[in-house]
Amino acid sequence: MNTQLATPTKPAAGKSGNWLLHILRANMVPLMFLALCIGATIASELPLSFVINELVVRLSRNLFLVISLIIPVIAGMGLNFALVIGAMAGQVGLIAVKIWDIGGFNGFLMAILFSTPFAILCGWLTGLCLNKTKGREMITSMILGFFANGAWQAVFLLGIGTVLVVNNPEIVLKGGIGLKNALDYKFLQYSLDKMVYFEVGGIGIPVMSFIAVAVLCWFTRFIVTTKLGQEFRSLGQDLHIAQVAGIPTDKIRLIAITISTVLAAWGQIIFIQNIGTLNTYNSHEQVGMFSIAALLIGGATVVKATITDAIVGTALFHTLFIVSPQAGNVLFGDAQIGEFFRVFIAYGVIGMSLLLHAWHKYMEAKRKLLQE
Amino acid sequence: MNPMALWKKLTDKYGFPKVCISLMLAIFFIGAFMQKQDVAAMLADSTVRIAMNGILVLAMVPSIVSGTGLNFGLSLGIITGLLAGCIAIELDMRGMSAFLWAVVMSIPLSAIMGYAYGWILNKVKGDEMTVGTYLGFSVVSLMSIGWLLLPFKSPEMIWAIGGAGLRTTIALSGRYAKVLDDLFAIPFFGSKLPTGAVLFFALFCLLMWLFLKSKTGVAMAAAGDNPKFAAASGINVNRQRMIGTVISTVLGGIGMLVYAQSFGFLQLYQAPLMMPFAATAAVLIGGASARKATIAHVVSGTILFQALLTVSLPVINAAMNVGNLSEIIRIIVSNGVILYALTKVGGGH
Repeated sequence: MNTQLATPTKPAAGKSGNWLLHILRANMVPLMFLALCIGATIASELPLSFVINELVVRLSRNLFLVISLIIPVIAGMGLNFALVIGAMAGQVGLIAVKIWDIGGFNGFLMAILFSTPFAILCGWLTGLCLNKTKGREMITSMILGFFANGAWQAVFLLGIGTVLVVNNPEIVLKGGIGLKNALDYKFLQYSLDKMVYFEVGGIGIPVMSFIAVAVLCWFTRFIVTTKLGQEFRSLGQDLHIAQVAGIPTDKIRLIAITISTVLAAWGQIIFIQNIGTLNTYNSHEQVGMFSIAALLIGGATVVKATITDAIVGTALFHTLFIVSPQAGNVLFGDAQIGEFFRVFIAYGVIGMSLLLHAWHKYMEAKRKLLQE
Repeated sequence: MNPMALWKKLTDKYGFPKVCISLMLAIFFIGAFMQKQDVAAMLADSTVRIAMNGILVLAMVPSIVSGTGLNFGLSLGIITGLLAGCIAIELDMRGMSAFLWAVVMSIPLSAIMGYAYGWILNKVKGDEMTVGTYLGFSVVSLMSIGWLLLPFKSPEMIWAIGGAGLRTTIALSGRYAKVLDDLFAIPFFGSKLPTGAVLFFALFCLLMWLFLKSKTGVAMAAAGDNPKFAAASGINVNRQRMIGTVISTVLGGIGMLVYAQSFGFLQLYQAPLMMPFAATAAVLIGGASARKATIAHVVSGTILFQALLTVSLPVINAAMNVGNLSEIIRIIVSNGVILYALTKVGGGH
């Protein structure tokens, strides 16, 4: 059963003054994190221009991934922890252009093109698995992510040099089998970011990356208004009723998760394009967790996520990421505390959100049982 | 009988994962013989690892039986076990008494942790696995800060530079490393069989078996099997689930200490993060499901899984020289088995 956790956001009927309280209550999570961010930024004593500059870079490289989480939430499939699989598909494209050695924007486009069929296939398979575990999508997608990580290692540690012969000592391990741990992507770095690029008051703005994000926002908005989007929403409201109403629920769920996976693949390519190195065996590991934490900090829940949530959440989460090691250093004399703290925030916010959702669901079921 | 029918009969009786893993293990053993590897040493190593992991796997039983499903939040118990292990060193204890005191100290700590965990699990019925996983992750990362700040003083445990914060791995040599393994150890073709540790595991299996036969154990199984029916016959379902969770967490703590004494190190910080998954996979390989688990599942599952991990490493390394392939097998097998179990639970609709 998919109950709305979010309270209806109609403005409170009372007199003026109530609206302020209402806004506070409706946006409690982001506001709390805003306070935390401001506190940590002040404590870190970092120059504000540095923080903003870092933040713009991080927004441009992470937003695409975070927004790719929204469609499965609308379709009632919860948070797509299998985002990792999409990221892997993206990396398949990146590894291909590394092998072919296509640099610059052409390489970037080629990576996108090459990764898409893989992403569609992976998304489809993920969807098939999630259709078998309805009501347990989140734990399944989580384990699926871990499983895929093992499969990824098997393919790229064993497959390269045995099944797929690559004669490039720069990327293959000494024994001739398996990819190296880190691949250099200097030939691709900033191919999107620096295509159109200017500075405003010392802050660099990668215009094309933000245009890509804007297009994705528009696409997400657009798809919700189509017939498919309506079907996503009715699945999100109540899967059982949607099925009775004659909507092919399994197929719609497959489409939702496939879209999310393809977007995640492209998002990962944008991410690596900015970073400039691919850690072959762990670049993708934490993509799902960090993206989900960012989305939730923006005020999203397991059953409700909007583009605003994604943007606000990414900004807050990454501010915390930038300042917390330094804040930990200033406050406790140990930068590691800050690092552990931000990991804790990521896990904690996801845990808390899942907990509240499950609790609400359980109470709702109990209330219904009592009414009967 | 034709092979297909035999296959179907076997998978029906023992479960798909158990048959598959047994086959894999058999292939690896044949490989080991053909490569003329030291199979006796492999068997001894497997025994060490079975005794080392056994109690952690056993911790899955009370949680599955009481109806809270696979305990992905076992890391909570693992952390209290580690804490007790550190306290024992801080109190400058050595040898068997240090280990036993650590076990005794871990029990109240784990019980408190388990009580809090059980309280939460009773509020999120139906989503215990999802919530438990992230609760475990959150507490592991919170405790990472804790390990840095806790006021431990023993120079063996804290960083040499700075003088504060526990080390990532704490060596137990000279403290209580191998105290169980070396107890009554039997020589076996040049290696040793860890009799003490095996007996310790067997003792806990026996205790668990007796508990499941007791009045409380039967009530717990009833609450897990059919909560509505149990409630109708006057069983307090929430209380039974609580008992199951507390016992599971306590066993997690003890299991961690057994693991540490055999391994020779206490691993802090992020190390406990993924440990529950290995324990879960082992019990599932034994033939358990998210709703049903017995001592036999624990024993057979631990034997199969740990033997597979022990034997696969040298056999694969001899066949082709690729790094951590055994690690890859561990990831694929353990998560594959958990995924399979999840698809078998059936949908929420």
